[in-house]
Amino acid sequence: MKRIYSIEDACIGCHLCEVACITEHSRSKDPVRAFLHEAVRPISRCTVEEWEGGVVSLSTNCRHCDEPDCLRACISGAIQKDEAGVVRMDVEQCIGCWSCVMACPYGAVQRNLKAKKANKCDLCPDRENPACVDACPNRALVYKEGSQK
Amino acid sequence: MNYVIIGNSVAAVGAIRGIRKIDATGHITVLSRENHVAYGRPLISYLLGGTVTEKRMPYLPEDFYRKNQVNLLLGAEVVAVESGASRVKLASGETIPYDKLLVATGGDPFVPPIEGMNGKEKVFTFTTWDDAAKLKGLAYDIDKVVVIGGGLIGLKAAEGLSQLDKQVTIVELADRILSAAFDRTAGRIVAKKMKANGIEVLTEDTVVRIDGEGSEITGVTLKSGEFIACDTVVVAIGVRPAAGFLKGSGVEVNRGVVVDDRMETSVAGIFSAGDVAEARDFFSGGKNPMPIWPDAYIQGDVAGISMAGGQKDYQGGLAMNSIELFKVPTISMGITNPELGERYQVLTYQNPEKYEYRKIVLENDLLVGVVMVGNVDRAGIFAGIIRDKVAVAPFKEHLLAPDFGFVHLPKEIRSSLFAPQGKAA
Ligand SMILES: Cc1cc2nc3c(=O)[nH]c(=O)nc-3n(C[C@H](O)[C@H](O)[C@H](O)COP(=O)(O)OP(=O)(O)OC[C@H]3O[C@@H](n4cnc5c(N)ncnc54)[C@H](O)[C@@H]3O)c2cc1C
Ligand code: SF4
Ligand code: SF4
Repeated sequence: MKRIYSIEDACIGCHLCEVACITEHSRSKDPVRAFLHEAVRPISRCTVEEWEGGVVSLSTNCRHCDEPDCLRACISGAIQKDEAGVVRMDVEQCIGCWSCVMACPYGAVQRNLKAKKANKCDLCPDRENPACVDACPNRALVYKEGSQK
Repeated sequence: MNYVIIGNSVAAVGAIRGIRKIDATGHITVLSRENHVAYGRPLISYLLGGTVTEKRMPYLPEDFYRKNQVNLLLGAEVVAVESGASRVKLASGETIPYDKLLVATGGDPFVPPIEGMNGKEKVFTFTTWDDAAKLKGLAYDIDKVVVIGGGLIGLKAAEGLSQLDKQVTIVELADRILSAAFDRTAGRIVAKKMKANGIEVLTEDTVVRIDGEGSEITGVTLKSGEFIACDTVVVAIGVRPAAGFLKGSGVEVNRGVVVDDRMETSVAGIFSAGDVAEARDFFSGGKNPMPIWPDAYIQGDVAGISMAGGQKDYQGGLAMNSIELFKVPTISMGITNPELGERYQVLTYQNPEKYEYRKIVLENDLLVGVVMVGNVDRAGIFAGIIRDKVAVAPFKEHLLAPDFGFVHLPKEIRSSLFAPQGKAA
């Protein structure tokens, strides 16, 4: 299956992937409305980490694991792997117990404290390429066939 | 191939998926004593407290059993395993033959004899959907509850009852609550929060008598002599492996059903997984029960693959718990209460005002335990470091940082996890 990979040396630490992710998962799909006016602002599913003020930075994201630790830990069954291999979370079913946060070795599940729901990458089902990949100005994110690693 | 699985919870689900990875056509029969499809057992306290509805209890998509061609028999209790004849016997008298058998029966609540308990109506245990439904159904008639046992199940029952505005007292024999998962500091922080929410927590004491008349409870008497008025008692002292029916089968049962790294028991063709099993520990290499949800799934997966003739070894059980009580999230994993002395090094950070705490336990150059209270974000990164035995020397001073992440790890590790180059990518 296609996965998102991250090229650390190309990452400029601008966080635009996070903005794109939040926007894509908002109601309005408009960044200004999503950030200013929506009651529960989505949390970015990718996480840009920085070191020493940006000397090192990279965007970390879900690996859509072949054997997902998040799925095995989820006590409500909110996390399932679909036929294409995408590891999906049903936020309606999620009870906010954070077992998936405890289990994911990639740190790829986020806590939305306001909604008391976990969220994770869904590879943007409504788009051809995930929003983060399209948004990166320096092509530090690539979407291509590959293993989980 | 004819697979029979006893129990229909998370270990069974892991096993069904494990079998189907290898064998698409073999017959799978699942026998369950309970009258429900697989459900999120830990959700019963949420059901009691009213934060989830019955509709959310089923653990699997509706078509799971059909898609995986599983013959699910509910209300079917196994009373004996006749290993010589390769069949199991049900309470109804019916026998069911198997080629490969999985024992995934979990635990039964342990209820010690307590003076005055016999004949009392409102004495409950709290491990099943039906237990929660029963308590909820009688809630109108409950005011004051004593919960015996301050482990995970006791605390979760207490939280659910308190959400229904019941007055709850927890009585715990040890010197702190959740002594299995928490260290002293984390236990104290959570106890403080429980008390702030009106729950009484009594430690180093236990219930010696249930007082009352006829079927009514008027209170309990503690070992210390104290009397606590109540009308309901929840017994949550612990669970024991549900393995009584294995008597006479030849399967070795110690503190649980003893299994090897393929989850096979002492009798060839009979496997076991989940809370009922006693498998290898990640750190010690010795065998012990590991009664947690994620491990039950993983053991089920290994068992299923082994039963279908595939090869997969168990990596060893790693204790991990994510427990949120009264909005204080906590995550603990690995060795959280290390013995004092030279062997372990402990790093801590604490801010009690904000209910925040973090503890890191190191053994030589390896991470072996973590406790997080308050900010639990990305805790799984630590789980990965423990499992992969990553040497921590290069980033040790960052382990307590609130934003600890992959940037602190050596670049090779980051690249191997996230970068596009590499053989398969
Ligand atoms: C209130 C509560 C909260 C919990 N919270 C958490 C949590 O937050 N995180 C966590 O990791 N774990 C939690 N746990 C523990 C977790 O639920 C267990 O680790 C997990 O359910 C074990 O799964 P299992 O498949 O081994 O067995 P179980 O879930 O125990 O299921 C075994 C099934 O087998 C059936 N059975 C038993 N004997 C027979 C027989 N003779 N014939 C037929 N069927 C039989 C039983 O009726 C049961 O349905 C909690 C448990 C409880 C009770
Ligand atoms: S959230 Fe984590 S464990 Fe789950 S599929 Fe993504 S990377 Fe794997
Ligand atoms: S927080 Fe939600 S998705 Fe994560 S383990 Fe709990 S119920 Fe499952």
